[in-house]
Amino acid sequence: MDSSLVLIAVLRSTLRQSTPITLGALSGLFCERVGVINIAIEGMMLTAAYMGYMTNVLTGNLILSVIVAVLSGGLMALLHAWLSIHFKVVQIISGTVINILAVGLTGYFYQPGAVTKGKLQSVTVPVLSDIPIIGDVFFNNGPLTYLAVALVFVVNVVLFRTRWGLRMRAVGEHPSAADTLGINVISTRYINVVIGGMLAGLAGAYLTLEAVGSFERLMTNGRGFISLAAMIFGKWTPLGGWAAALLFGAANAVQTQIQFSGNVTIPHQFIGMLPYVLTVIVLAGFVGRARPPAAIGRPYEPE
Amino acid sequence: MQRITSVILRRYIPAAFARGLIIPILAVFTAIVVGSIFMMINNYDPLAAYGGMLDGALGSKRAIARTILNSVPFVFGGLSVAFAFKGGLFNIGGEGQLFMGAVAAAWIGVTALGIPPWLHVFLSLLAGCIAGAIWGGIPGALKAFTGAHEVITTIMFNFIGIVFAGWLVSKGGEGQKQGPLVDPDPMNIVPRTAEIAESARLPLLEWGREPMHLGIILALVAAALIWWLVWKTPFGFGLRMLGLNPSAARYSGVSVVRNTVITMAVAGGLAGLAGTVETLGRNYYFAPNFNVGYGFDSIAIALLGRNHPIGVVLSALLFGVMDAGSTRMQLNAHVPSEIIKVVQALILAFVAANEIIRYIYRLRAEGEEEEVVLSTGWGKR
Amino acid sequence: MSPSNISPTSQASKLVLETQGITKRFPGVLANDRVDLTLRRGEILALLGENGAGKSTLMNVVYGLYQADSGEVFVKGSPVRLQNPRDAISLGVGMVHQHFQLVPVMTVAENVILGAEVTRTGGLINHRAAAKQVADLSRRYGLEVDPTATVEDLPVGIQQRVEIIKALYRHADVLILDEPTAVLTPHESQELFQIMRGLTSQGVSIIFITHKLKEVLAVADRIMVMRAGRMVGETMPDESTEKSLASMMVGRDVLLQVEKMPANPEKTVLSVDGLVCLDDRKHRVLNGVSFEVRSGEILGIAGVQGNGQTELVEVLTGLRFAAGGTFQFDGKSFRKSNPRRINEAGAGHIPENRQRYGMVLSYTVAENMILNRYYDAPFTRTMMLDQTAIETYASALVEEFDVRTPSIHTPSGSLSGGNQQKLVVAREVGRKLRLLVAAQPTRGLDVGSIEFIHRRIVDERDAGVAVLLVSSELDEILFLADRIAVMYKGKIIATVAADQATRDELGLLMAGITT
Repeated sequence: MDSSLVLIAVLRSTLRQSTPITLGALSGLFCERVGVINIAIEGMMLTAAYMGYMTNVLTGNLILSVIVAVLSGGLMALLHAWLSIHFKVVQIISGTVINILAVGLTGYFYQPGAVTKGKLQSVTVPVLSDIPIIGDVFFNNGPLTYLAVALVFVVNVVLFRTRWGLRMRAVGEHPSAADTLGINVISTRYINVVIGGMLAGLAGAYLTLEAVGSFERLMTNGRGFISLAAMIFGKWTPLGGWAAALLFGAANAVQTQIQFSGNVTIPHQFIGMLPYVLTVIVLAGFVGRARPPAAIGRPYEPE
Repeated sequence: MQRITSVILRRYIPAAFARGLIIPILAVFTAIVVGSIFMMINNYDPLAAYGGMLDGALGSKRAIARTILNSVPFVFGGLSVAFAFKGGLFNIGGEGQLFMGAVAAAWIGVTALGIPPWLHVFLSLLAGCIAGAIWGGIPGALKAFTGAHEVITTIMFNFIGIVFAGWLVSKGGEGQKQGPLVDPDPMNIVPRTAEIAESARLPLLEWGREPMHLGIILALVAAALIWWLVWKTPFGFGLRMLGLNPSAARYSGVSVVRNTVITMAVAGGLAGLAGTVETLGRNYYFAPNFNVGYGFDSIAIALLGRNHPIGVVLSALLFGVMDAGSTRMQLNAHVPSEIIKVVQALILAFVAANEIIRYIYRLRAEGEEEEVVLSTGWGKR
Repeated sequence: MSPSNISPTSQASKLVLETQGITKRFPGVLANDRVDLTLRRGEILALLGENGAGKSTLMNVVYGLYQADSGEVFVKGSPVRLQNPRDAISLGVGMVHQHFQLVPVMTVAENVILGAEVTRTGGLINHRAAAKQVADLSRRYGLEVDPTATVEDLPVGIQQRVEIIKALYRHADVLILDEPTAVLTPHESQELFQIMRGLTSQGVSIIFITHKLKEVLAVADRIMVMRAGRMVGETMPDESTEKSLASMMVGRDVLLQVEKMPANPEKTVLSVDGLVCLDDRKHRVLNGVSFEVRSGEILGIAGVQGNGQTELVEVLTGLRFAAGGTFQFDGKSFRKSNPRRINEAGAGHIPENRQRYGMVLSYTVAENMILNRYYDAPFTRTMMLDQTAIETYASALVEEFDVRTPSIHTPSGSLSGGNQQKLVVAREVGRKLRLLVAAQPTRGLDVGSIEFIHRRIVDERDAGVAVLLVSSELDEILFLADRIAVMYKGKIIATVAADQATRDELGLLMAGITT
């Protein structure tokens, strides 16, 4: 195969693979920045993927399908918030509840053989898409892919430049300080966890409404957990999370490429392992120190 | 109705025992009721469904045997999570540890060693246990020495383990070599190991004509050993102290580093045994496609069992019943077997957020409860 | 309302804050019992009381963090309902908590504006305007601080200024300072008092919560005293002495000194040489500490809290590694050791925080009695805990040390504080010791328990144990110690014989003033 075509294929695949991870990382970020661990990105994504798909099957309205997917991700997050914030259930356990529940519900309501009515089509950006390679890779994608990239920058501004972001970070770092200044810790956490769920929902929508166009049981296939890894690898920042998602996406793309190219001897599984190994290395502090929000994992107890 | 259940439970079950059982039992009951509501939404008959499940799980000697065999890995998994939990650690890595245990056991199992069967079985079991222990011990060591949180590292190790085990038995192709443990028989197109030697298989127990291997005995022995270790030995005294008050444990000279590594290694070894027993007792080979979601199920089992070995055995049996009966349920009542997952998720939610159950059944709060301090945060501070 | 609008002279007698009959109950505790308090414009009101007297609870009610069960709060004459701190802030009430409520990873300016941000359109924060406002405030009230500095890099005294600026930024004209000097050096405390006077001259009214009598006399315009949840008296500084305040505050005869014979020191048991140690944030908290403790004597370490005493004890008991220097215990070096080795060598440790380090609250009394020796004979035999041996041992100690508990199988969390501490003391001195390290051994206890524990410490000394007593209560040091070492900024700045030491001299030393 022509090497520039291979390059384009790998880059396109990288971007495609990274989109749900990027959104998932933003989802984790919203939760963890206010001090709530979210290992349920996977479950939220899966639920949203299913709901978006079913809405598409029933109505054929893609925009409505995306909205339903986003809302259902938010709904699962609301359950996570209710269990972990209101009942103070250990956040990892309530995340586990969501994950098992999502597998159960989507499997239970799944109707094999349902027919969808199309998926989101690529939007070509005029002029820019004519640039060689870059144009093909970056300016000829589905709407949710563009949206994911835009959200990275929006979230970055929100987190570090706005009033809301400042309050969010304060709640995640030192909730009682925020409380004494009249910031409602509980409602801040609820709102942000639900927003996090909606972002995971968008990732799910991407899977069934833009990338694949149909639903299968367990189709998220660990992407929620990779998202969590990307968020940590990116040190709890939107840009870092995006970079990690691109790196992880690239590992995946290269892995796929190797399986079919036939002249690389490194087992493709070893490249597939890379994201997980790298995350462990970063977490263990072997390269730079990742510093999580100080109040993470702890239910808020006013003095 | 609600009143009556709680009155019955209060009056006829000894108080101390009931305190431990009442929430789990009501949680299971409530989850089953909510599951029925889901079934009725889709016009299924819940009674037929649950009847089918019980029939499929307990309706015949053969069914009971299958239920018990299904419970075996759940016992190991539940013990794994419960043991780590007692020491203040969260083991979500059951799935990866199970894979590593299974593939290691298969590796020793397929290797003809020319040794007596009892030794071959023993070595295969040991290999599976050690592989799981390593897969749990590394996150333990990372936690102890660098502070990397075990929740995220065990999740990562799940994926690394699953992919690694997959490579070991991969078929290769397109310039890629095949994995070192793949079945050498070219007629076998499935990526898996060869069948393990007869001498490495778990001995079958005599139970009528039903197949029933030694695994259940091993699981019960493991439960008894864990109980002894946690509540009767000085090691357990230190372990529980670490779970309840890490500062006091340090003050008392309990080595946090050593205990963290040991605890995670033992937890990993238990989960590794789950995969080992499945491989040596049931499948007789390793293929990288079994037991999806095992790690999360184990959390639910440990929690439902209140992190006590007896409770874990009981809840593992319950999960075994659900597992074994789900096929019959689907056949009899046409209810998709995934409803079982919904019920299991609800059980976990109700056990964890037991205020919900207390509210529904108007139960008073229990007295002082042991509360394990789980370390929070993802990395070292 | 801005502080400058208020004329301090014309309305000086007007009440800016008043509580009437505030009652607040927590499970098992009546924290505030019909408390009345008044604060006049432009005054410094000292609210005096022992730990647990209910001062902080009352202030948390006034600040809207707690809701009172009954009673009323009046601000500037009108009754108010305070549901949360936002209500209090909007009425001009600001509070500086004992534990600073600052986000360590954020800048000074971000911390100040948090919750009342300076924004441009769209909710974007105007960082430059925020920094300018903070700079203006700090200039106006003489609170020097860099708005762009990250809070975690600042010394404690400066962090406190940030807290005050936070309140002033919200136009507070009533300022509550909760134990502000607990973490300050004497010099920093003096600076704080000057700032407080500066604030009152600009019309701010201050409630100054403390249990330190000298400070009250030095800075207060008026004094109110709380005891056991009640307001027990009001007085003026020029009508009071430390003694009169103490008896109001304590409400009991001042502690009896246990009788003790002159010490009979023999050979050196513990010798500490040039110990250096870093705290969790890598700041040097021990800066070359050297001393000796001999068998049969009590060496008291006096000093203001936070001058390295905690870390010293942690190093000596194996909980923290020393970065430099050595210490020898019975001739053996233990610089990088662990608690178990030191314990086995015959050192007992009564920890500063009994509930955090000294016990596992859900373990039974019997289990806590063997908490650090469970692994050894006779409690463990052939890899198993010997329940009979444990119970026999625990019963004997419960008896001997008069630990009031329903049974040895009771979880120690349900004992009273005094009995919990007796349990810890029983465990630590209930065996043959060479060295006893006692850190704040009677903090927060009732008189009976204090006397009992003092007695046991002296008994240990008389039995030939070397005792290192660390206490921030000067009285305790004076009662018990044979020699007194004063710690200041991570160093021992003086060691004096107890019978030659005077309170005044020690007070100066604790403030870092050596003559």
